[in-house]
Amino acid sequence: MSVPRAFPHRHSGHCETGTLGALLRDRGLDLPEPLWFGMGSGLFFLHTGLLKVGGLPVTAYRVAPLAIVRTATRRLGIRMRYERFRDAGAATRRLEELLSQGLAVGLQTCVYWLPYFPSTMRFQFNGHNLVAFARDDAGYWLSDTVFEEVVHCAPEALARARFARGAFAPRGLLYYPEAIPDDPDIEGAIRAGIRSTCRQVLDIPLLPVGVRGIRALGRDIGRWPARLGVDRARAQVAQIVRMQEEIGTGGAGFRFLFAAFLAEAGLRLDLPGLQDLSREMTAIGDEWRQFALVGAHICKGTRTDAGAYQELAAFLVGLAGREEGLFRALRAAI
Amino acid sequence: MKANEVPQDDSILEGRRRACYALDAQGRYVVVASRGWEVERIVNEHAREALRVELEAVRLRVLAGKASALAYHMTACQMDCRLLAANTGLSRFRVRRHLRPKVFAHLTHATLERYAHAFGLSVAELTRLPGVAV
Repeated sequence: MSVPRAFPHRHSGHCETGTLGALLRDRGLDLPEPLWFGMGSGLFFLHTGLLKVGGLPVTAYRVAPLAIVRTATRRLGIRMRYERFRDAGAATRRLEELLSQGLAVGLQTCVYWLPYFPSTMRFQFNGHNLVAFARDDAGYWLSDTVFEEVVHCAPEALARARFARGAFAPRGLLYYPEAIPDDPDIEGAIRAGIRSTCRQVLDIPLLPVGVRGIRALGRDIGRWPARLGVDRARAQVAQIVRMQEEIGTGGAGFRFLFAAFLAEAGLRLDLPGLQDLSREMTAIGDEWRQFALVGAHICKGTRTDAGAYQELAAFLVGLAGREEGLFRALRAAI
Repeated sequence: MKANEVPQDDSILEGRRRACYALDAQGRYVVVASRGWEVERIVNEHAREALRVELEAVRLRVLAGKASALAYHMTACQMDCRLLAANTGLSRFRVRRHLRPKVFAHLTHATLERYAHAFGLSVAELTRLPGVAV
């Protein structure tokens, strides 16, 4: 099968920033993925038992699906068009119409129904973003940026993935840039992105989010085996580590992606101090990876001592302190 | 993480590679393609093992006549009553009732088709367990 048209696909750490970057690169605005992540204020932390996926508490290392797309484009003055649909037929017709005009289109999909995903990763999750850029007789050509190459997908599978129901149901959502300014204010968007990232990590009161959320989880996690039982405690630890590493985060729950953003922002704003903060963010990411390693030992059963959970707790409390220090310094620097 | 430290363990990606951000020799961030990390394989298998255990329990209940084949396919597609109801447009109450073998046996073809469509199966596949003769 030959690809009907060239598309500037690029292997990316995260589906949403990868998709957004690819859509705009196709229209002539080529920015690196970390910049999109930072301008969209993607970094976050949330852990709460009040929301559940598959019966387990929700953990998120980034903001809600599509928030990055909406925020980053707004800051750059890019006008986006978002369309949702009542039924799959209308959604398919509209997609084909846009593709026949030569447009590339962002889609929100459910991973479970995408046949080109490894079977091990096909879970019911509705927040996966990808680009459709061409149609041929057998189906669609997709730029799914968490994979190295463009992929081909049968029409029925894509329709199903676009119309899966449940939490964050995509309802056929498609989106594309309508108008792109000639000279977007990238530096301004970087500053705004950093300021609001600092706010959402440091300032949100009462809720278990940002550094406060990491600290609260750190205080709680040591008690899990006693309170929840070994099996349940393990399942919850596995879920946290999966959200950090298994879904596309670029490593360490988006911390490496954010470190890359700080390095890029330092160059563009001519603020050498951001390079130091980028290195500190990298070190924080490395510590998150060690946290994940201990978590994996617990899940595998190679660590069954009570000390393992205390170790997780110590990692989290330490990480909360380090992230708090970093974002305070970042706020002062900007 | 440095580029040469990015794990290349055969993991859950089935030969594909994911993009990791890591530092090159000059200390600049680059994208490094990774075959996977042992850690993510362990936690992924932990999650899938839980699904397998649950599915096997449901399968035995279906074989024992305590639950309908619908219960099996719902679990196999990682759905619960709420999600299946949303995917079929039926009420949660009805979906729950249809998990009972006697009720399921009397469903109309139209209702069966709605379920079959939600799972991506044929009606014939929906009304039995995989690998079991009709």
